[in-house]
Amino acid sequence: MAINWFKYSSPASFYFLAGKMIPLFSIAAIVLGAAGLYIGFFVAPTDFQQGEAYRIIFIHVPAAWLSMFLYVIMAIWSGIGLAFNTRLSSMVATAIAPTGAMFTFLALWTGALWGKPMWGTWWVWDARLTSELILLFLYIGFMSLQAAIDDPRRADKAGAMIALVGVVNIPIIYFSVKWWNTLHQGATVSLTQSPKMATTMLTGMLIMSLACWMYAIAVILIRTRAIILERERHTAWVGELQLQGATR
Amino acid sequence: MSDFFSMGGYGLYVWGSYLVAIVCIAGEVILVFNRRRTLMKHLSLIHQSNKQEKINETAS
Amino acid sequence: MFFWIIRRDLLLAMRRRSDVLTTLFFFIIVVSLFPLGVGPEMNMLRTMAPGVVWVAALLASMLSLGRMFASDHLDGTLEQMLLSPQSLSMLVLGKALAHWLVTGVPLVLMAPVLGIQYDLTGEALLVLTVSLLLGTPVLSLIGAIGAALTLGLRGGGVLVSLLVLPLYIPVLIFGAGAVEASAAGLGAGAHMSLLGAFLLASVVLAPWTAGASLRISME
Repeated sequence: MAINWFKYSSPASFYFLAGKMIPLFSIAAIVLGAAGLYIGFFVAPTDFQQGEAYRIIFIHVPAAWLSMFLYVIMAIWSGIGLAFNTRLSSMVATAIAPTGAMFTFLALWTGALWGKPMWGTWWVWDARLTSELILLFLYIGFMSLQAAIDDPRRADKAGAMIALVGVVNIPIIYFSVKWWNTLHQGATVSLTQSPKMATTMLTGMLIMSLACWMYAIAVILIRTRAIILERERHTAWVGELQLQGATR
Repeated sequence: MSDFFSMGGYGLYVWGSYLVAIVCIAGEVILVFNRRRTLMKHLSLIHQSNKQEKINETAS
Repeated sequence: MFFWIIRRDLLLAMRRRSDVLTTLFFFIIVVSLFPLGVGPEMNMLRTMAPGVVWVAALLASMLSLGRMFASDHLDGTLEQMLLSPQSLSMLVLGKALAHWLVTGVPLVLMAPVLGIQYDLTGEALLVLTVSLLLGTPVLSLIGAIGAALTLGLRGGGVLVSLLVLPLYIPVLIFGAGAVEASAAGLGAGAHMSLLGAFLLASVVLAPWTAGASLRISME
């Protein structure tokens, strides 16, 4: 049967579709999170080199992965919104930014907390940590640009431009920071270069990143719905929604 | 049980980072729901006033 | 058309000579402040010099970004430009190069003089100047995108720096790195070629993007 993609591209129908999906994703996030943490803390062996401190990996690596992927996905959605003028995809891009920024901040913070026992200092100009910091600036740039523009249509498009320019620059920034880091400091012990990871560590980490994905999708959907309501408040269907007083 | 929390001496860092994680996630969830709630209240206010206007029009 | 716009912008800049000088003096003051803050100890200053000069050049060129489109936006010539049959990216390229001539070139000329303040060797000074010569146009071109996006926004000045600084970082790294590599005897060839690559890429891509951003901001 031909899937009619465009049925869900109108904000109204997407609003109700998202409404049904949010509980699904949040439950999946909680279940996977619990499983991941259980494996991470009880099943995975202590690392002979780093002792227990390496357990931070179970939150640091998923957060770092997610922060990068979310930026790329945000750029894709805003690109689609710019190209096809579909308001909904720009709304999703605007909704992704805060969650992405949160995960970047989380990755930085847990990276520093991990660096303290391993390298003795809170902040090390390691190539990855530095490009993670720059990624945080990119997120903040995107959000503040959108916040500074009142007209939602222009905000979406301007945000799309800066997101696309940013996503083109991410590899350039990453490699120039990597070059700069090895130039100055020599290869320090990098975070995940620990000897081949025991399988349980790996599975724990993968489950945790899945859990973070589910959580991210759930929060982004909730925020998208909020944005839809904000931008469509004068439309008819929002009016009926109020009549039924339904919150779903 | 106590050595579980001491985490081989690194307890502060491990639990510290998980604490930050929980604070970030909880913070974000609270923010999102807060945004929804104020939005709902705002919308219903608009809605009440619209209904009120209709009633006044029909009444007058 | 391309040269017409450069000439027009230069003319405009010359009339308001103070703009040119403020950026230059800002650059000089920032570079001279560092030794006061860090201490006069020479070989420390020598290692710091490229970084300081480059960061100051970055900030100076960013300061005047806001003005790139603002005056035309206010008196409506920007609308005429959008409507004109000439390709918008050529116009934007012209404006960006005019901005570079007004802000970038004075910095490049002033850099050797300031380099002496940091007791840089002759060769390091030369590499610094060439790297600035290659790097500052890239700053103006990428800055044009930021300026176009934040056209007419309140608090645009701060916003431009927030948008554009992350994009300046590769240029800063290789610009300052070039001088350091030449001082360490490694030769700055690699850094220069990369700076040249950034320049070419931004000459091709930035005007088009900035043009598209202008259309968005002017809707």
